[in-house]
Amino acid sequence: MISVRVQKALGGFRLDVDFEAPAGVTVLFGKSGSGKTSVVNAVAGLLRPDAGRIAVGARVLFDSGAGIDRPVHRRHVGYVFQDARLFPHLTVAGNLRYGGDTDAEKVIALLGLEGLLTRRPAALSGGERQRVALGRALMSNPAILLMDEPLAALDADRKALILPYLERLRDEFALPILYVTHDVAEAARLGSTMVLLDNGRVARSGPLGEVLADPAAGRTLSQRDAGAVLPGRVEGAEDEDGLVRVSTPAGDLVLPGQGMLPGTLLRLRIPAQDIMLSDRRPEGLSALNVLPARVLSVTGAEAGRVDIELAAGEARLLARLTRRSARALDLRPGAQVHAVVKATAIGPGL
Amino acid sequence: MTAPGPEAWEALALSLRVATVATLVNLPVGLCIAWLLARRRFWGRGLLNLVAHLPLVLPPVVTGYLLLVTFGPQAPLGGWLAEHGVVLAFRWSGAALAAGIMALPFMVRAIRLSLEAADPKLEDAARTLGAAPVRVFLTVTLPLIWPGILAGAVLSFAKGLGEFGATITFVSSIPGETRTLPLLIDLALERPGGEAQVLGLSLLALAIAALALLAAEWLSRRAAARVGA
Repeated sequence: MISVRVQKALGGFRLDVDFEAPAGVTVLFGKSGSGKTSVVNAVAGLLRPDAGRIAVGARVLFDSGAGIDRPVHRRHVGYVFQDARLFPHLTVAGNLRYGGDTDAEKVIALLGLEGLLTRRPAALSGGERQRVALGRALMSNPAILLMDEPLAALDADRKALILPYLERLRDEFALPILYVTHDVAEAARLGSTMVLLDNGRVARSGPLGEVLADPAAGRTLSQRDAGAVLPGRVEGAEDEDGLVRVSTPAGDLVLPGQGMLPGTLLRLRIPAQDIMLSDRRPEGLSALNVLPARVLSVTGAEAGRVDIELAAGEARLLARLTRRSARALDLRPGAQVHAVVKATAIGPGL
Repeated sequence: MTAPGPEAWEALALSLRVATVATLVNLPVGLCIAWLLARRRFWGRGLLNLVAHLPLVLPPVVTGYLLLVTFGPQAPLGGWLAEHGVVLAFRWSGAALAAGIMALPFMVRAIRLSLEAADPKLEDAARTLGAAPVRVFLTVTLPLIWPGILAGAVLSFAKGLGEFGATITFVSSIPGETRTLPLLIDLALERPGGEAQVLGLSLLALAIAALALLAAEWLSRRAAARVGA
């Protein structure tokens, strides 16, 4: 459990956040300039809050009231920076061992670093550098891992290569992780808790799926980012074309899933902009997935748009429509609709 | 041109000793001043900057005179030091002090530039990995600024070899004690028929300076390659 309460004036910007994060990956999400990096820097001790309290488990790192301010090197935080920050004068092995050699063999094997040990950072690719930075942080035996947009400097292909390493790390080390990102796909794939930051304040925090599907958070989330994240389980092949049937709390969905075995656990994302609503069961449509749903609420979102909160099966979904469509369908709480959804599997489930 | 005689070798040996001692003392002093100027904001920083660079712009004679009135036998500080067995005026150690003071601005500038180029973010990274400040400095900062330290040391050494004005003012020109190579060259110029000796001594000075520069170039290239610069 991490608890963070930080107040800090940075020029004209005011950071004033207060949240708690359970074990697992807590995603700090928000636009650039919303204060994400300042929060992790405060946890690491690289930024001194004007007031507040920061604790990891029972260890208090900072408490302005009690006059506690542990120096950075005694905080036991592993910090993976966006720009890796490997020491250029040391080899990969020298970098890895700089902070200690806890679980060295396990870390090196997990991150696939065996072949890089004698190289200098200048001879590494961006993705390799981040893997080394991650290994270095892990081997220092941290009580918490801070990751500040570790994939932001990588292109989509390299990101796809390194994400599985992060998932393995999350699942094999019982380490709380504070993960800063502004990429919703990354957040939805890795996170279990989400803290949504907006202009230096916490707009909403809670289980990731709830936050992303919460119409109240919708105002802070862009068109692209809002939308439900659901767990799913592959039930079996749907046909000869590689489609599989996946059960989710919202109902069964059919997805492309070549080679996925029954019983595989998945995470699915249904972006709010990828849901169409109909007041009767649509026919003659190419879409595969139509879920019966009930409207829970209608909230104004970005200009000209409304967020429709839906109950589908056991799950809550979020749909973002134009005001005009919402009016045409006469959507109001309680209305029964059919949701035509486009779901994508974004990674293995927890 | 005549081959360098015993007088010349004595002056050369003295010059090398003076320049070496001046550089060795300058290294920690220059590193501290450069670090304060590059990394700290404090009251009096401007003044420190000014004082550290003063020998560069003052006439060397004035620097020598200021040393004399500070460390001379009649001066309070000089007298106190003499009571404790440290005599600088008219001694080779005084020549080393004069050479060190004159070379300090070069040392400070070279190290400060490399400190400003060394990314403090790497030091932050080291701190998060559990390194206490002294370890951060020794294992991250120092290796990164090593080329600058080498450059500063070579400049300081070369400046120490060539120092004339402050030296002759502070410690005079005593054979075997304070008469360094430049002072001997100056003396030879005054002697009737001394031109041939001057030429020989000048070529000697040239050879040493060229060697020092080559060594510095080679060392800093190696150091730069190590930090991947």
